[in-house]
Amino acid sequence: MSATRENTAAPLVGAEQIELLERLSNAVAVSGDEGAVRRIVLEAVRPLADEVVVDAMGSVLATFRASRPNAPRVMLAAHMDEVGFMIVKDDGDGLYQFETVGGLDPAQLPGKPVLVGKDNLPGVIGATAIHLTTREEREQKIPVRQLRIDLGPEGAGKVKPGDRAGFATRFKVAGPSLVGKALDDRLGVATLIELAKNPPRNVELQLAFTVQEEVGLRGARAAAYRLQPDLALAIDSTPAFDLPTWDDEENTQYNTRLGEGPAIYLADRGTLSDPRLTAHLAAAARRNNIPFQYRQPGGGGTDAAAIHRTRAGVPSASISVPGRYAHSAVMVARLDDWSNTLALVRAALEELPDDLLGSER
Amino acid sequence: MKELIQKLVETTGPSGYENAVRALVRAEVESLADDVRVDALGNLIVRKGEKKDGGLRVMLSAHMDEIGIIATHIDERGFVRFTSVGGLYPNMLLGSRVRFLNGQPGVIGGEKLDAGERLHPMEKLFIDVGATSREDCPVQVGDMAIFDRPFVDLGDRLVSKAMDDRVAVAILIETLRQLKDTPNEVYFVFSTQEEVGPRGAGTAAYGIDPELGVAVDVTRSGDTPRGVRMATCLGGGPAIKVRDSGMLADPRVVRWMEAGAKKHEIPYQMEVLEAGSTDAMVIQVARAGVPSGCVSIPCRYIHSPSEMVDYRDVQNAVRLLVALLSEPIELK
Repeated sequence: MSATRENTAAPLVGAEQIELLERLSNAVAVSGDEGAVRRIVLEAVRPLADEVVVDAMGSVLATFRASRPNAPRVMLAAHMDEVGFMIVKDDGDGLYQFETVGGLDPAQLPGKPVLVGKDNLPGVIGATAIHLTTREEREQKIPVRQLRIDLGPEGAGKVKPGDRAGFATRFKVAGPSLVGKALDDRLGVATLIELAKNPPRNVELQLAFTVQEEVGLRGARAAAYRLQPDLALAIDSTPAFDLPTWDDEENTQYNTRLGEGPAIYLADRGTLSDPRLTAHLAAAARRNNIPFQYRQPGGGGTDAAAIHRTRAGVPSASISVPGRYAHSAVMVARLDDWSNTLALVRAALEELPDDLLGSER
Repeated sequence: MKELIQKLVETTGPSGYENAVRALVRAEVESLADDVRVDALGNLIVRKGEKKDGGLRVMLSAHMDEIGIIATHIDERGFVRFTSVGGLYPNMLLGSRVRFLNGQPGVIGGEKLDAGERLHPMEKLFIDVGATSREDCPVQVGDMAIFDRPFVDLGDRLVSKAMDDRVAVAILIETLRQLKDTPNEVYFVFSTQEEVGPRGAGTAAYGIDPELGVAVDVTRSGDTPRGVRMATCLGGGPAIKVRDSGMLADPRVVRWMEAGAKKHEIPYQMEVLEAGSTDAMVIQVARAGVPSGCVSIPCRYIHSPSEMVDYRDVQNAVRLLVALLSEPIELK
């Protein structure tokens, strides 16, 4: 039974979807310790999928069979992990030395509230009061090894080296915006879960909720090796550097812009997207009146970089929801951009031509 | 073979968009091959021969892609901002001519530098295609271009953009043409996306599962004034690669190549490259591992729009490969 879909450019994101995103965003799941998000994912997809596997690295692989034989196997990958911290040493009195996990700018850290360990104990990354610093000191970034997570006397002895910590930001909707931590890539995770609720039956859909993307795309490699898809899409979030430039000149390095829809990747540092796939994505967007943009070619990478190189190769591309202030305590994304991303992924799957890979790359 | 090299180097084929080169190669090899296929990443895989006594399943690899640039932004006045595809030397960009995949030519210009800046970073460069606005610019974000210089025949020396690695593509084609009888199952792989990885050769190797891997690529030479410290020189013969920054060649493969060169009296030289690598790097670690090496063509001005090779090295590389592949292979 297929659900009828009317205007696909209309919002697909309602209260139920927001509530799911909120739970995902607020959960702390730093690379290598993705359990809190994995639980939410399993609870959502186990009742819906034809097969669910939690692989050796902790990725959740959920398969939805097609309604016809020999359908193409399409893998969608969204990563469950977020950038965060790992406790390295107990300094006593509730103070802990820590390291960053994934790409985090040390300038983002002083003064930020964090949640530590499996019990999410509240702490703060201490910042020296301004009264006690000199101007020269304030012009330098404080190296991570000089920072401490302070759990106070309450927290003394309650966490140990190896425990992870994440930003304590609580998710909220602010007008047209989604505001929270780890929207990279809880937006992708939520997108996949939404597709699971009403999967397109013309393809065999392989939803891969991957681990350890932020530390080197490690989960995706193993997931693709097992799933052996015919083609793959990574669904992620990507920075929007779209604020005005300081000199009012045209901003030529925005990467993506908020409000302009899902960002289709043509090339990043890790993948030259398969042109057959990107042409299909753009055509599907236009046919269904879904706004979209091209992410500026350049740096960065997604799970697609690992997936397209597995085994004998997998035609791959990526679609991301733009967000400002990536890899910080708070990302700001637009609800419409997420909704349109959802619409584009669904349309692209439902309208996937059987002969898409019939022509040579 | 000079005509073949010219046709190949003057084709546009940056990483990820090698189709035009592949079409040219396919036209040359179709009648010579036992089997031709294209894999998921666009590698052209050509098989010749079947394994007989003493033979091995061998994968040769020469990459079809060249370095280039990709448009990142078209500004209000029609200037095209860009970033690199593969390794570009920052001091070779300003003033270069480029050609986009759709045929559109352009010139690389630069902003005024700040005091103290000696070299334009890529963010301060742009391509001028002669447009006056974003709307009349024939280039879009994501379009790729290559460096546009024609082939020049200087006699023994040949100059062009994309000698890396079209000269090896030509070598593989010519080797296939001259390989009459072989006890080996030989896969001639015309690979993709080497300049951004290597990427294509790894997946091709997974699909072929070879017992021996040999890349054919260019390497640097130490024979220009106050140049890099390297023993290889133009005209010294094809180079047998011992080491580069991505691969330690299997000593058995090195010995096999040297023995073959000596036996058939083909000039050769030994190569140690300090920076740079080839398809062999990813072939070596495919699946459960593959004994691998590389036959290199010494080349001056690599990754410039005017790369120079010695035609005799190219011819001798063909002789060496044909000799090695015509006989059973024992790696010891």
